[in-house]
Amino acid sequence: MAAMEIYPSQSADIASRTIGDDTLIMSTLDSTIFVLNSVGTAIWNAVDGKTPLSQIVHDRVCAEYEVTNEQAFADAKEFVDRLAAHGILSISDAPIPQKEAP
Amino acid sequence: MQFPGTEPNHDVTIEIGGFPIEVQTTDAEFERILKGRYGDYVRPGAASRFSLRVRLTAPASFDPDADAEVWLEDREWKMERGDFRASWNPEEGCGEVLQSANPYSIDSVLRIVHTLMLATEGGFLLHASSAVRNGKAFLFSGVSEAGKTTMARLAPPDVELLTDEASYVRKVDGCYYAYGTPFAGEFGEPGKNISAPIAALYLLNKASENRIEEIDPAIAVQRILRNILFFAHEPGMVRQVFESACAFVAAVPVRQLSFFPDPRVWELIG
Repeated sequence: MAAMEIYPSQSADIASRTIGDDTLIMSTLDSTIFVLNSVGTAIWNAVDGKTPLSQIVHDRVCAEYEVTNEQAFADAKEFVDRLAAHGILSISDAPIPQKEAP
Repeated sequence: MQFPGTEPNHDVTIEIGGFPIEVQTTDAEFERILKGRYGDYVRPGAASRFSLRVRLTAPASFDPDADAEVWLEDREWKMERGDFRASWNPEEGCGEVLQSANPYSIDSVLRIVHTLMLATEGGFLLHASSAVRNGKAFLFSGVSEAGKTTMARLAPPDVELLTDEASYVRKVDGCYYAYGTPFAGEFGEPGKNISAPIAALYLLNKASENRIEEIDPAIAVQRILRNILFFAHEPGMVRQVFESACAFVAAVPVRQLSFFPDPRVWELIG
């Protein structure tokens, strides 16, 4: 049985800045700070609520780094779960409808 | 002539970081307390578009180590601790303070108000000692016991101290300046009321020898954020402080200063 797709999206309650290869993310709710390395940054930048994590891993991780798809997906899933636990991003089992531009 | 119901003003204008704030009081003894506490930071007769009206109450017992609560309500900042209640309207540049006649409560209110004013223009108050040498400012930041006051104590005679506790960082025309503050730590003395462009910020680390090391910018931002005095946890303010720390690291050299606490460490500075 195929694994269920998940669709991560960035929380509105954060501030982030990419500095060099790393990305700093700060929760504006509790001021917790996270530092993402280059792989985390690649995933973070692709997270948009409409792209499934499997595609992000395929396009942004496996295409750039020597790692199997299975391993990369498992690591990425753990990564997004950890950020979701802190409210840095949210995870949905369906694409998140995008707000239309005014 | 004094009209019924009016009392003479004993206002004191206190200028820190180039922001003069008129502290309005009708109490002559409180005026004396303010002038004694703020010394060179008092600007007699200076025009100010910022004001704090202080209403004095009877002293009450309180926990001196308690944190102040700061929150935004109807576009006004409210702040409260056991020994004071205050408000600050950022659009009008004025506020009110309810406290007893002591210098500690107004000192805390001023620190909070200055952090709020600084945040809107990319500046901040930082747990750091700072000093001017050869026309340039150097900041020494760290947590408690990291060596902020030690660096101030070890400074040679040609160094002018801005503070040993809370460094005042302002962004003016795209450049970062450090200003002297009356906010003293263990050193017990206010800093000199001068300013200079910031040449470097050193993150302190006690060691067996003196050396300056490069530090990863992301780590630098993280460590600076830990040391920014940050009373208001309203999301918009948190975002502004985060952006300010990132912009500062992009513009100012931030290094780690490992130091052995003797005067030779100053041979590396300036």
